Amino acid sequence: MSYSITEPSSRQKTVAGFLVITYSLVTLIPLLWVFITGFKTPPDSISYPPKVFFTPSLEGYVNLFTTRTRVTPEQLEALPPPANFAEEIVRNRKMVIAGPSKFGERFMNSVIIGFGSTFLSIFLGTLAAYGFSRFKVPLKDDLLFFILSTRMMPPIAVAIPIFLMYRKLGLSDTHLGMILLYTAVNISLAVWLLKGFIDEIPREYEEAALIDGYTRFQAFYKVVLPQAATGIASTAIFCLIFAWNEYAFAVLLTSGNAQTAPPFIPTIIGVGGLDWPAVAAGATLFLLPVLIFTIFLRKHLLRGITFGAVRK
Amino acid sequence: MAEIVIKNLKKQFGDFTAVHSSTFTVEDGEFFMLLGPSGCGKTTTLRMIAGLELPTEGEIYIGGEEVSQQPASARDIAFVFQMFALYPHMNVKRNLTYPLVSQGMPRREIKAKLAEVVEILGIEDILKKPVSGLSGGDRQRVALGRAIVRNPKAFMMDEPLGALDAEFRERMAEELRALHDRMNATTVYVTHDQLEAMQMGDKIVVMNHGVVEQFGTPQTIYDKPATLFVANFIGSPAMNFLPFNGTVESGSSEILMNGVSVAVPQHLESAQGDLVFGVRPEHVSIADDGVVKGEVIATEYLGTTQIVSVKTEYGITRSRQDSATQFTIGDNIGLQFASSTVTLFDKGSGRALRSALNQEVLSHG
Repeated sequence: MSYSITEPSSRQKTVAGFLVITYSLVTLIPLLWVFITGFKTPPDSISYPPKVFFTPSLEGYVNLFTTRTRVTPEQLEALPPPANFAEEIVRNRKMVIAGPSKFGERFMNSVIIGFGSTFLSIFLGTLAAYGFSRFKVPLKDDLLFFILSTRMMPPIAVAIPIFLMYRKLGLSDTHLGMILLYTAVNISLAVWLLKGFIDEIPREYEEAALIDGYTRFQAFYKVVLPQAATGIASTAIFCLIFAWNEYAFAVLLTSGNAQTAPPFIPTIIGVGGLDWPAVAAGATLFLLPVLIFTIFLRKHLLRGITFGAVRK
Repeated sequence: MAEIVIKNLKKQFGDFTAVHSSTFTVEDGEFFMLLGPSGCGKTTTLRMIAGLELPTEGEIYIGGEEVSQQPASARDIAFVFQMFALYPHMNVKRNLTYPLVSQGMPRREIKAKLAEVVEILGIEDILKKPVSGLSGGDRQRVALGRAIVRNPKAFMMDEPLGALDAEFRERMAEELRALHDRMNATTVYVTHDQLEAMQMGDKIVVMNHGVVEQFGTPQTIYDKPATLFVANFIGSPAMNFLPFNGTVESGSSEILMNGVSVAVPQHLESAQGDLVFGVRPEHVSIADDGVVKGEVIATEYLGTTQIVSVKTEYGITRSRQDSATQFTIGDNIGLQFASSTVTLFDKGSGRALRSALNQEVLSHG
């Protein structure tokens, strides 16, 4: 029997394929279940045994975006015919639409805070990483360790001091407050990851630019940044995922104005019974931005994970 | 183009002194080699001239203007890096025009300049290509193109042939030299390859441990080494060193080595103790009545010549002989030295003793 060291055998490939498929199923089935639950009616969603085949309905999405009021049959009779599909679905449940829900607003808060803090983390992180990578900074190692050490405890351990500080500073329940908070948590990760990437970019590129008559900042901006795009993209994804999914601080520090989607989605459960399709619809929509962002940057992400991210 | 004057240049990195105190002059239009083993401070010196490192002490003049503490962008010099450092996210054309864009040159002039460089280097067909796909030689040409497009005051080259295949290196070395002659540009070139330095340079500075050991034309450095280090570093095979304990009298042209009288150039200083008798292999001849006797232990065929290794009381001495002569391993032969070419060194300091051969080199070296 002949075999090659570099090329896996067909049996190894089969086993590897089987493992990958099994793992994908284990992780994807819950997501798929959430996705299809969003298209079930509330009775279908809690039927036993669970329904795999069902008539899809948009009731979950309608319920997610609206608030509804129950009306008497006489009142229902008196109404003009439903103007759109949403009203039709709601009237079938003997209710009328009272107004829009807060979901859209909360979702926008998530977008502003998630992307805002990601941008700020990357902006500050890239500059800091470049400085640490290229210049003689006094106490460099100590500073880097200090930056890393902010990540050594779970962030929620400082929840109470932050809560009190934010209340004093008027940052509670503000977009700025949440952006600053998530940036503070993410920046250590950003500095360390980006420093690894920038360390791998040969200095000669910048030196060539300096010789060619560019200033240090121009060299950074025009030569280093395009080279670091891979690292920046993968770091941005990590930062966004954290800020997007963060729940504990969002519950603690936001209630109205700046509330993000994670603390909002569970509150749907309480409105008019256990409305699982609406929760599932909210969760599905909530997953989309990170998914799109990741797909958008996936080329960079793949390279980023295999190159540079693990160095130092 | 410009003359470059280096005065007492010194560079320290923390406690480490990379360059002690270098002084030399690169004349206008010269192809100037900074030669030395790795870690000798030659690249640091080059980077200081370019402005990529600022000197701890000392002065640098480019074209009569002091630039020691000026940033690289203000010095108007070009730099060719060992790994070329072409901007990887730009194609060949943009790489070439990038230095001109920074000067805010009008587009028409840029186009004319570009055409000129493309013509000189013969890189018409790769202009639109991304630099990542280029062969080593093409990268080299683009890197050179980026340097010459600006008509800088001087070129700095940091081992630009180091990353090329041996076969290609020869050709590129010729091209480089031809380009230099055509542009009549002042070029400072760093290399650790003594053959490259001898082949291409008008002048060579030999550095070791951050110290300039010798500064001169290739012939001077080869024939009249100022130190043991230079004598050993230059030439392949290196100079023969025959250590002995003896005395040299000022004005004498004869020394006693282990009781045998050996002719040397007339010496201008006296020395005593541990000395080293240095002679190049091509100046060692085979003679039955030679002053040193030994046994042939190996022959190395080099085409028209051969290197004969002879084991003597001083260790192994190599002689360059015509290939036609037959030598058999085990033969006992005598060695004679061409007396006018001999350099004596003081073993302790490594310094060459002044003699009729090297007096004009050492007096200002």
